[in-house]
Amino acid sequence: MVGIVLVSHSGPLAAEAAALAAGVCGMEVPLEAAGGTEDGGLGTSPDLVAAAIERADRGDGVVLIPDLGGAALTARLFEGPEVAVADVPFVEGAISAAVTASAGGSLEAVLAAAEEARHFRKL
Amino acid sequence: MGARLLTSAFFGAWIEEAARSVRAERDELTRLDAAIGDADHGTNLDRGFTEAVRALGDRRPATPGAVLVLVGSTLIRKVGGASGPLYGTAFREAGKALGEAPEVSPADLAAALAAGVAGVRRLGSAAEGDKTMVDALAPAAEALTAALAGAVREGPGADGAPEAGTPAVGRDGHPSAPEDGRDGHPGAPVDGPAGAAGPDGRGLAAALAAAAEAARAGAEATIPMPARKGRASYLGPRSVGHQDPGATSAALILRALHTVAARW
Repeated sequence: MVGIVLVSHSGPLAAEAAALAAGVCGMEVPLEAAGGTEDGGLGTSPDLVAAAIERADRGDGVVLIPDLGGAALTARLFEGPEVAVADVPFVEGAISAAVTASAGGSLEAVLAAAEEARHFRKL
Repeated sequence: MGARLLTSAFFGAWIEEAARSVRAERDELTRLDAAIGDADHGTNLDRGFTEAVRALGDRRPATPGAVLVLVGSTLIRKVGGASGPLYGTAFREAGKALGEAPEVSPADLAAALAAGVAGVRRLGSAAEGDKTMVDALAPAAEALTAALAGAVREGPGADGAPEAGTPAVGRDGHPSAPEDGRDGHPGAPVDGPAGAAGPDGRGLAAALAAAAEAARAGAEATIPMPARKGRASYLGPRSVGHQDPGATSAALILRALHTVAARW
């Protein structure tokens, strides 16, 4: 199953967005949060992101979803054949990716699903 | 080519000098960042370079390339924000460009700087004119390459003429002498005035002076620009009138490179 890591400047934001996506998805998904700095402040920690990727990795690749700015740049440091960064809305992208991952979608399918979230209309 | 080669000690001295400059200008960098960012650039960079100096002090790698890769990895982990990944990538890409050579030439340094700038452009998807560190780094890399090319075109006659007291044959006859001296005394201060700054050393220093000046001018040129990347871009036109903190710190780091080359 493809893993998902939510990378945010805020620890609580990443954790709650992950909990929301997992709840909406309703199935077991390797969905990890990497938010804030190691001391709990606002920012992005490459070490926390690396650890979250390791936890989320089940051998089918990992999609990173950053919130903005430095989180996106930090996420891009980990880009590789098995790790992709999705430039998508944080919450909608996380839910869309989680649903596709839980259905057994490939890395490309999960990325594409996250991309589709960009066009979701709320009203 | 007869240019004096640069060792890992030179690059270590650069990082120490950069750390000193960043520490000295920390509050000014943070003040610039307070105007258009989140007021942490000086603090973050100071922490990162302090850790980089410490990492090199624990065990300085044997090659210039490995020194820069270690510095880059340390900056990524310790600076945070956007500038951590960006500066970290700059140093790591520059280090990778230097490969595993134990000593590198000024031309290698210029190519490494260009590789570092290319890495920053790639990661940040930033171009010149976006009001970012690229506005200082890109003209500096170009100025360094151009100045070194010019120095080569001038030839040894122009360079060597004022050096009647230190015949070129002496340098060429003992190319490894300065290295032996440093390697034999690892505790000796490598950042002190290194006596053997021959014409080639001055050629590099002059080229790096041009690069540092290009970076300074590039940073100053960000003042009237509206930011198109990073946190400041949320301010749009309200970012006009402020010098970009990332371009300012990039200029500091390149000035430190010139400072170290001038006494190398």
